[in-house]
Amino acid sequence: MAVFFLRRFLQTVVVLLLVSLVVFLGLYAIGNPAEILLPDDATAAERDAAIRSLGLDKPIWVQYGVFLANALTGDLGTSFVYNTPSITLILQRFPATLELALSALFIAIAIGAPLGLYAGLRPGTRLDRAIVTGSILGFSLPNFWQGLMLILIFSIGLGWLPSSGRGETGTIFGIETSFATWDGIRHLILPATNLALFKLALVIRLTRAQVRETMPLDFVKFARAKGVSERRILGVHVSKTIAAPIVTVLGMELGSVIAFAVITESIFAWPGMGKLIIDSINRLDRPVVAAYLLVITFMFIMINLVVDLLYTVLDPRVRLGGRT
Amino acid sequence: MSALLEVEGLKTHFFTRAGVVKAVDGVSFSLAEGEVLGLVGESGSGKTVANFSILGLVDPPGRVVEGSIRFRGEDLVGAPISRMRKLRGRDIAMIFQDPMMTLTPVLRIETQMVETVLAHEKVSAKAARDRAIDVLARVGIPSPAERIRAYPHQFSGGMRQRVAIAIALLHKPALILADEPTTALDVTIQGQIIAEMQKLVAETGAAMIWVSHDLAVVETIADKIAVMYAGRIVEYGRSGDVIGQPAHPYARGLLDSIPSRTTPGQHLNQIPGMAPSVLHLPPGCAFQPRCRFADAACAVPPPIVDTGEDRWARCVRPLAPEAAL
Ligand SMILES: Nc1ncnc2c1ncn2[C@@H]1O[C@H](COP(=O)(O)OP(=O)(O)O)[C@@H](O)[C@H]1O
Ligand SMILES: [Mg+2]
Repeated sequence: MAVFFLRRFLQTVVVLLLVSLVVFLGLYAIGNPAEILLPDDATAAERDAAIRSLGLDKPIWVQYGVFLANALTGDLGTSFVYNTPSITLILQRFPATLELALSALFIAIAIGAPLGLYAGLRPGTRLDRAIVTGSILGFSLPNFWQGLMLILIFSIGLGWLPSSGRGETGTIFGIETSFATWDGIRHLILPATNLALFKLALVIRLTRAQVRETMPLDFVKFARAKGVSERRILGVHVSKTIAAPIVTVLGMELGSVIAFAVITESIFAWPGMGKLIIDSINRLDRPVVAAYLLVITFMFIMINLVVDLLYTVLDPRVRLGGRT
Repeated sequence: MSALLEVEGLKTHFFTRAGVVKAVDGVSFSLAEGEVLGLVGESGSGKTVANFSILGLVDPPGRVVEGSIRFRGEDLVGAPISRMRKLRGRDIAMIFQDPMMTLTPVLRIETQMVETVLAHEKVSAKAARDRAIDVLARVGIPSPAERIRAYPHQFSGGMRQRVAIAIALLHKPALILADEPTTALDVTIQGQIIAEMQKLVAETGAAMIWVSHDLAVVETIADKIAVMYAGRIVEYGRSGDVIGQPAHPYARGLLDSIPSRTTPGQHLNQIPGMAPSVLHLPPGCAFQPRCRFADAACAVPPPIVDTGEDRWARCVRPLAPEAAL
């Protein structure tokens, strides 16, 4: 156990160092932020002053050293544009993105797992084929197209739901969230659905495949031979068996849902990290982009750790540090 | 002795893409209370499917197409699923062949035993657990109160089969279907389990169908023996009679291929050829292509011939007692 955590900690440090280096070098190569920030008629003296105050006159490795040293104290640089610590900017937007991502994942599981279960129990029936075909559409139609269609149908066509912004938020247990108000929930539905569609297709296929693999196994038949009800066999024996692989895949997907929220947030003007990062890239706001990438990397590592821990809880055959 | 189980003309077929697999094709036998029937035959002869048919556990594309299975006079063929669920595990229990596959890997032994008790009786979880621990002790699981908290993978194959046997005994069933419960185990463990089962069945007075592909194993435990070949019973009789003087050439062949029965140095008489595919059975006697006594008369379906008191064979020319010596 201790060995497992020590190894994971060292891995985390190495990965973060490598990512920080790549991020820093990559960003250094794109354009000169001073050009974008200064007015067109700025004098040479004003230019020099700006470059010096941003630290852009120093050699690149010094800049990296400063960047790293500051990063260790939690300072990932100050946004050129907002003149606010970049980490603060990102953490301000993080709840909106997390809310969107978790809602999307929830929709995907709440709808996808029952559909996948139904299809897996009755393979080859008409409804099964309909579900599978639907999941293929979910996979193959581009996400932004699905988003535009949602807006066209539910917002413009039927006028049921708003298509832009986060709406009114309130606080629940001190956390600012859209769930606190009806207006907030209405604003959340379309973007969350858009982000969910791809994962929904994934959950359906995964659950269906797992159910089809599990049902013919001896232990299902043995449970029947014991006189256990079909409901309990599905709800306990089968569900618990397929939970471990499904949770693992979905846990890994949470990271990508947050990362892919960029597209959805742009379409629906959702004020999350994704929109911030697109704006920052356009304005060459290096510290924000660098901080975003590091935060996302750190988040992926943490999610993987939690998923590994969860796997050992869900599948007693698995020990920490080595899967059988 | 009244009959506990009466199987009449049972046919269980699988309707596969390649054709109709007649896994069980006209099986009849009866079993008295407390009686042990040894069901013997090569792998693929339909022993497992016959047992699943009794419990109504044949999955599509298979189904019972003909015949009746009367348990205490009640026909189980076509009985509603709710009725079958009540009988399963309470009146008729089954032990599967591969103990590594029968227990659900992600659930504790405790969960799997307690649910079996609660499926049939309204008792407290504590009472169910106490009973489970009791039964685990009876089947020889050391320190059952702690071991019941373990997961299946923490047990050896032999121990898992003991757990499966314990589960079968939770409700004092009148009939136990033991489907090759020792085939997947080491020889030493095999002996132990057989001895324990014999003792437990004698204690509880349960009737049992003991399935095996090994006549030597069956001889020690069964009162009656039914020899199955290609979905049919080809010989039936009291254990000592069938083993001492097999009447069907196939039963004779099975006996001759047991190493311990032949004198050392003498080479074993294997039955030539392979067990037939039930998809492509020859017309007439299914064993005819492998039978050294076969002739033109075997091309028609063989009749059931009485070969002595309470015994019969499905053969035009059952072996005379002398031939069996
Ligand atoms: N689900 C199934 N689909 C098609 N054929 C099956 C199925 N289950 C069993 N069979 C066939 O039924 C026959 C009898 O099988 P089984 O009862 O398992 O034999 P045994 O237990 O005597 O070894 C075999 O030929 C097998 O291929
Ligand atoms: Mg079998």
